[in-house]
Amino acid sequence: MDLVAISSNLLLVSFIAYLVATLFFGGAIKKSKSEKAYHNSKWGTIGLVITIIGFLTHLGYFFTRWAASGHAPLSNMFEFTTAFGMMLIGAFIMLYIIYRTPSLGLFALPVAIIIISYATMFPTEVTPLIPALQSKWLFIHVITTVIGESILAISAIAGLVFLVKNIDMTKKSKSRFWIEAVMYTLILVLGFVVSSTTFKVMDYEAEFTYINKDEVPAEITYHVPPLFGMNEYEAMTPDKMTPWVELPPIINAQKLSSLVWSIAVGSVLYVLLRLIARKPLAAVFQPLAKKANSQLMDEIGYRAVLIGFPVFTLGALIFAMIWAHEAWSRFWGWDPKEVWALITWLFYAAFLHLRLSKGWEGKKSAWLAVIGFVIIMFNLIAVNLIIAGLHSYA
Amino acid sequence: MSKIKCQCGHENPYGTELCEKCGRPLSEKAKKSDIVDMRYEGSSRRSQTYKSSIIDKIWNFFSSVKIGVSIIAAVLITSAIGTIFPQKFYVPATTPEGYLEYYERLYGTVGKLYYQLGFYDMYNSWWFKVLVGMLATSIIIASIDRVVPLYKSLKKQRTRRHPSFMKRQRIFGEGDVQNTEESLAKAEEKLKAMRYNVKIENGAILAEKYRFSRWGPYVNHVGLIIFISGVLLRGIPGFYVDEAMWLREGETRNIVGAPGYVLENKKFTLENYSKEEAEKVFGEALEKNGAIVKSYTTDVTLYKQNEGALPGSESLEKVEDYAINVNKPLKFDGYNVFQMDYKLDELKNMTFHLVNKSSEESLGEFTVDLSDPEKEYDLGNGSTVNMLGFYPDYDGIKDGEPYSKSPVPNNPAFIFQMNTPDKPEGEKSFVAIRQTLEVEENDYAIKFAAAETRNISGLTIRKDKTLYILLFGGLVFMIGVIQGMYWQHRRVWIQEDTKGHLLIAAHTNKNWFSLRKELDTLRETVDLPAYIDRQDPELDKPEQEGDEEIWT
Repeated sequence: MDLVAISSNLLLVSFIAYLVATLFFGGAIKKSKSEKAYHNSKWGTIGLVITIIGFLTHLGYFFTRWAASGHAPLSNMFEFTTAFGMMLIGAFIMLYIIYRTPSLGLFALPVAIIIISYATMFPTEVTPLIPALQSKWLFIHVITTVIGESILAISAIAGLVFLVKNIDMTKKSKSRFWIEAVMYTLILVLGFVVSSTTFKVMDYEAEFTYINKDEVPAEITYHVPPLFGMNEYEAMTPDKMTPWVELPPIINAQKLSSLVWSIAVGSVLYVLLRLIARKPLAAVFQPLAKKANSQLMDEIGYRAVLIGFPVFTLGALIFAMIWAHEAWSRFWGWDPKEVWALITWLFYAAFLHLRLSKGWEGKKSAWLAVIGFVIIMFNLIAVNLIIAGLHSYA
Repeated sequence: MSKIKCQCGHENPYGTELCEKCGRPLSEKAKKSDIVDMRYEGSSRRSQTYKSSIIDKIWNFFSSVKIGVSIIAAVLITSAIGTIFPQKFYVPATTPEGYLEYYERLYGTVGKLYYQLGFYDMYNSWWFKVLVGMLATSIIIASIDRVVPLYKSLKKQRTRRHPSFMKRQRIFGEGDVQNTEESLAKAEEKLKAMRYNVKIENGAILAEKYRFSRWGPYVNHVGLIIFISGVLLRGIPGFYVDEAMWLREGETRNIVGAPGYVLENKKFTLENYSKEEAEKVFGEALEKNGAIVKSYTTDVTLYKQNEGALPGSESLEKVEDYAINVNKPLKFDGYNVFQMDYKLDELKNMTFHLVNKSSEESLGEFTVDLSDPEKEYDLGNGSTVNMLGFYPDYDGIKDGEPYSKSPVPNNPAFIFQMNTPDKPEGEKSFVAIRQTLEVEENDYAIKFAAAETRNISGLTIRKDKTLYILLFGGLVFMIGVIQGMYWQHRRVWIQEDTKGHLLIAAHTNKNWFSLRKELDTLRETVDLPAYIDRQDPELDKPEQEGDEEIWT
């Protein structure tokens, strides 16, 4: 077995470990009569041990892939997103050791699992580095940013536990609507995974020629049935589906088709789950969050921002500027990815000031943490895939 | 304004909420509150005290955190809007009409509006600059407004606090213990072991640690101000150079923006990953993506003009040979030269034959250097070719004349006059690529024989004296955030009141969980009254009771 194969297998082991550990954290909560008891629950400890094993094999994936390719595996969407999932687990382990709250694990691990599944939907082959990425800063800048973002993401997880526990799901309210929207969004990511995997297994491919926005002919391959066609498209594989409509050149109809498929499949999943549960998904999860201590979740959320903010600043702004100066001759160029890193930073700066001076604690703070995570994911997904810029390596 | 005299005898500045010395609540608000507001120690802040003059109003405006957060939000939103469509500098246009056309063509009415509102150059717009300026002002004023009184009150704080202060703390406990003196002595010892600075004053303990973390926010704000100042300095001439130049292979030219330095481009190479040489692991990726670039390299020699040499004279002194690569700029004397762009295979020179049309016999050949064409080419056998016109980037006929759209030899065209022994008066011919025009039927023709090409390297020259200031600002910011966020200022007060009860209170600026954990550890060995955390309604203190392990 070569290194790349070993690497993929280690990742699979981690994935399974996280699934199993989630069950143990669930057990820790179920078996404990109260918050007091679950701090010392053996179920929680076993969950932690399995999570750590998964984290170690995840690190194993990372370093074997590094050894195979000769560069830090942080150079495309698959590698970056997988590393994000890995560091999310790392950050969780750190905070679990401090606070010992299985409910955090019960929410953090599934989110990490979803993120890793999402990562594997991108091309996973080992790619050589283009000149701009050939630098020691690839590792230094990206890994620091990923660690910072992961710790900040834990604050959103703690916020989520806080909200699921404290929002009254029996009465109609804005909070109830939005917490359910968060659940729905998570299901949509699963929808993306399910639809992409299905069409991948079917080996679906439809090829088109089209005229791009610079008025130059180009080719594109769809891996999902083409709901939308590119500007002035012509099918090269006529036996496949004919697009419903043709879109203007600034819209990438291929990506839009994938998005619409994800939303469609995700929505079907969501409706099915609602039919089975007969109540909002947030209400389904509520008993699992009930035993968490709100004050403690609030504090974990705040603490995660306190720990993550300096790391994020160092990685996503300072190291980023140093590298940008080496590679692109300027430390700052208002590239969309750069701007969104700045936006993330400004957002958490506002979070800290509101919390410190305006006393935004509890629910408000939890919502802010969730929004912060949305911004981070936006920068990871939308800015790379929709707003093209210098960072579009994937 | 008058001073406020506390019952303990200390004179506090006007506007103080909690006595600087004993902590007694002084304002009505503080007296009524259940848990006292401990931010800035209840000290007198200028912005909360003086509100009448215009200066007060400006000061109060900028010292408000609410305003600060609003400015942050405004910068955040404008920045985000700037990423909706590509900014000016990513758009291939130069004129206002060009920009308008670009945005309208690609993004329709919204794009047109985006251009007209000036969002296409968001980060250079005056409102964006004003916002950043306001942010900087806010950072400075809000910091000064808080740091000075905070420093004073922390310096003046007394060990024994008034019970009314103790009772208004979030963590508070009260009760009798078996031996007060012994408890206090043990607590002192234990707190010292926990790295607290312990002060004792007849039956009262003040234990304090990590006070320096309170200065973190102000340190990081100083870092930000240094950073912003560094950015402003770039406007001063000499601090900042940003130029670009195209350098052809074989060319030696003065470096734009770096007087006295000369650069020779010896060779430009573009290398792709090849399947054979790339390690096997990349095979799949290369098959899928086609060619992937491995490197862009310009081999250069840097020269320095000798001092005192006349401009234009050839007294160059070689400094070094270097291979400029992406991520590996050439560095000299504060300048950096970056590999930014390239063009492959530009025509360098073209070789032609002069032929007799009927016999197809060549009368000789000549080579035109496209960057420096000559007026006359002597073929040596009595024949000469004169160049009457040279159109490096020929783009058709305009106003009866051949027209060149640029000085770059992308599509060279020539008007030659052929003087031969047969036709000494000469024949004219227009020669372009795959095209020859003659005014009247000629006996002779110019035939293209060969061409030589070369690569061009696009280089960017930068000098930025402010980089170290920016880096220093970043460093100070990092020190500030780490100092403020990775440590917390904790205080524990233990004292015997007049009735002989023992009071315990504690405060931290963040991370109450750890503070409670420390108090619990303290209570394990020292006989102290139980405390409550009045902001935790769920009132769970697992560690305090010693839970049994659950394993079912």
